[in-house]
Amino acid sequence: MYNEKVMDVFRNPKNVGEIENPDGIGTVGNEKCGDIMQISLRIKDDIITDAKFKTFGCAAAIATSSTATEMIKGMTVDDALKVTNRKVVETLGGLPAQKIHCSVLAEEAIKKAIEDYRSKKNA
Amino acid sequence: MLKKPIYFDHAATTPLAKEALEKMMPYFTDMAGNPNSQHIFGREAMSAVDNARDTIASIINCKPNELYFTSGGTESDNWAFRGAAHALKNKGRHLIISPIEHAAMISTAKALEKEGFEISFMKVDGEGFVDLGHLKSIVRKDTVFVGCMLANNEVGTIEPIKEIAEIAHANGAICFTDAVQAAGVLDIDVKALGVDMMSMSSHKIYGPKGVGALYIRNGLNIESIITGGHQERMKRGGTTNVPGVVGFAEAFRIAAAEREENAKYVASLRDRFIERVLAEVPFVKLNGPADGDRRLPANADFSFRFIEGESILFSLDLAGIAVSSGSACSSGSLEPSHVLLALGVPEGLAHGSIRFSFGKHNTFEEVDYAVGVIKEAVERLRNMSPLFKAESEVKNV
Repeated sequence: MYNEKVMDVFRNPKNVGEIENPDGIGTVGNEKCGDIMQISLRIKDDIITDAKFKTFGCAAAIATSSTATEMIKGMTVDDALKVTNRKVVETLGGLPAQKIHCSVLAEEAIKKAIEDYRSKKNA
Repeated sequence: MLKKPIYFDHAATTPLAKEALEKMMPYFTDMAGNPNSQHIFGREAMSAVDNARDTIASIINCKPNELYFTSGGTESDNWAFRGAAHALKNKGRHLIISPIEHAAMISTAKALEKEGFEISFMKVDGEGFVDLGHLKSIVRKDTVFVGCMLANNEVGTIEPIKEIAEIAHANGAICFTDAVQAAGVLDIDVKALGVDMMSMSSHKIYGPKGVGALYIRNGLNIESIITGGHQERMKRGGTTNVPGVVGFAEAFRIAAAEREENAKYVASLRDRFIERVLAEVPFVKLNGPADGDRRLPANADFSFRFIEGESILFSLDLAGIAVSSGSACSSGSLEPSHVLLALGVPEGLAHGSIRFSFGKHNTFEEVDYAVGVIKEAVERLRNMSPLFKAESEVKNV
């Protein structure tokens, strides 16, 4: 059901963990649905210098968390907000139809983390 | 990693017994007649089907003419449930099943409900055992059918079918049991169980896939769901899968002959596995009966807290261990297992469930290796889980 790329990323995910005192953090999903994704960001001058994730979920959720955090590192927050779930899925070479919602979670977690960053900044 | 992948998914299917394969082979080629043909080729095939029927009938203690071959457990369940409901609808339209039945029964119940039948579910306790008192309280004058599996495919609970049948009969209803997981493991004597109908499947007992049977007590007439020619005494149309039923009967013969010995061996694998997992993996819950004698010898089902079942499944798969998550048949869906939910397992924990089902070819070496792999996989996934750190500080499972 999963392609080799997805399984590779699942086997060796990057950016696992949580940034201490993050500049932005976002958690989406819930345990009841079987998917929770948390993305924490280090941001300097509106550029994402580091991103880490912690995910409770299936292989697709873990693979998309890893890929999404890889993609946004080095991006400005504005560019990171343009990272869609479709782009994450493309980078992974596709996901089974019933797993697309996992990639949506990654997009939402990034957005939430950036929102958190902006609200802290404006506070 | 061991040389060969380890197969711990025998409740999903089993490898075909070599003896059964050998018996099947001639019926694909040299003796490939249609059992309904009148010539020598047909008679040869019919004789093989008759012998297969005799073999299985004697194992389950019924008359050969009470045993009908089908395409498998799902068809047998469909036929028993739907066929009985339709045949008895003038007597009553109330049907009772357990909430932990196989999807073949649950989906059929939904279809029958749409047709205007009323379905009630008997309660099960936290280990999956049917609450007989509750069953007594919900049977009514218009209850015509009570159905419950003999042993559960997911958590291994062995149900008190004899008592369930007595309650059904005392109220004038018939009793059906799905013995797909119990065959080859428990004594499935239909007279001793007191059931009116019973489903069986070949590929769960080292027989070929695509074959099963339904026992229907003589005197009970149910409607056909597959209408066709004269096969199976006109009750189930379609050319009989001759190699299939020959293989099914041979596999069943071996399973019955080795039953007690295999059950004992497989239970010893299970007990070692359960003991080690509970002792060595933190935050884990055994689903289903704690008492090994009331649980299928092959079954161990765990919920691993803070992590999700599919990622555990693939982690084990990458290390060469084949298992299933939730109910194997529902792995395509995203809903947690209906069985675990019926047992009162919280949704989060139900998502983190893995079923291990052992077979006669498994070894203690494999069990010990698997425990090591599970420990590593669970730890790795927990380190990725946002739920782990916070909750593990609160030391309760």
